[in-house]
Amino acid sequence: MTIGLEHYLIVSVVLFCLGLLGVIIRRNLIVMYMGLELMLNAANLALVAFSHFRDNLDGQVMVFFIITVAAAEVAVGLALIVALYRKRQTNDVTDITTMKL
Amino acid sequence: MQEILFYIFSALTLLCGLLVVFNPFSRNPVTSAMFLVLTIISMSGLFVLLKAFFLAAVQILVYAGAVIVLFLFVIMLLDVKEEERRRYQKFGTFLGFAAVTGLAMLIINTIKQSGVGQTLTGDGVAETKPLGKLLFTDYLLPFEIVSILLLVAMVGCILLSKREETPEAEAE
Repeated sequence: MTIGLEHYLIVSVVLFCLGLLGVIIRRNLIVMYMGLELMLNAANLALVAFSHFRDNLDGQVMVFFIITVAAAEVAVGLALIVALYRKRQTNDVTDITTMKL
Repeated sequence: MQEILFYIFSALTLLCGLLVVFNPFSRNPVTSAMFLVLTIISMSGLFVLLKAFFLAAVQILVYAGAVIVLFLFVIMLLDVKEEERRRYQKFGTFLGFAAVTGLAMLIINTIKQSGVGQTLTGDGVAETKPLGKLLFTDYLLPFEIVSILLLVAMVGCILLSKREETPEAEAE
């Protein structure tokens, strides 16, 4: 059986769901961020797979931009986490309830 | 050969991805970061199978080289022991698994029914040259905007992680 687009898409979906699972069950901000990275990577995999099976390079250019934006996002997000840790001495979302009604 | 490699790389990606978010043996964020590196590397293997060689290299350079190092730096700044003391909430974990499994089933079913695998059967472009041409012609404006975005992110990081100098602190 040859490997088609469906196989790659299924891997991508499962990986996305794993990232989502990380954001749902973990309460540590850093691990939640890693879950976000997994989700971004899953989207990248789907884009590259589509680009391959359509003989079209636009998807790969998009992935290039996504990787760049993800790097910027991680840098800013981690700086925010460090700033939060300095103020509150915690990086657990259950402790950050100031804005809760 | 390609099939075997695909199964090896995708199994590695998914297994390591699971261990990033749900590791029964360790709750240490450093372990998660290490498994994230493995996920990234096996995923760049998948990119190679899809003939996206440039992206495979960029993936390893940017993620394994920069993003993970950033994660490890921040983990070092924070308290790791704290996380190990906390337990998973049983009910929440179960609900999370159930919801995510349902979502995965739904999307996989949609992919299967759409028959997209039968209609799209290209073989890919195995060169990096056309990608570079595309990046510097059709996508020149987004490319420049992304460079400005990186500059903004850099300035933002410096501003956020700078220690606040309050007037009281100066007076002391």
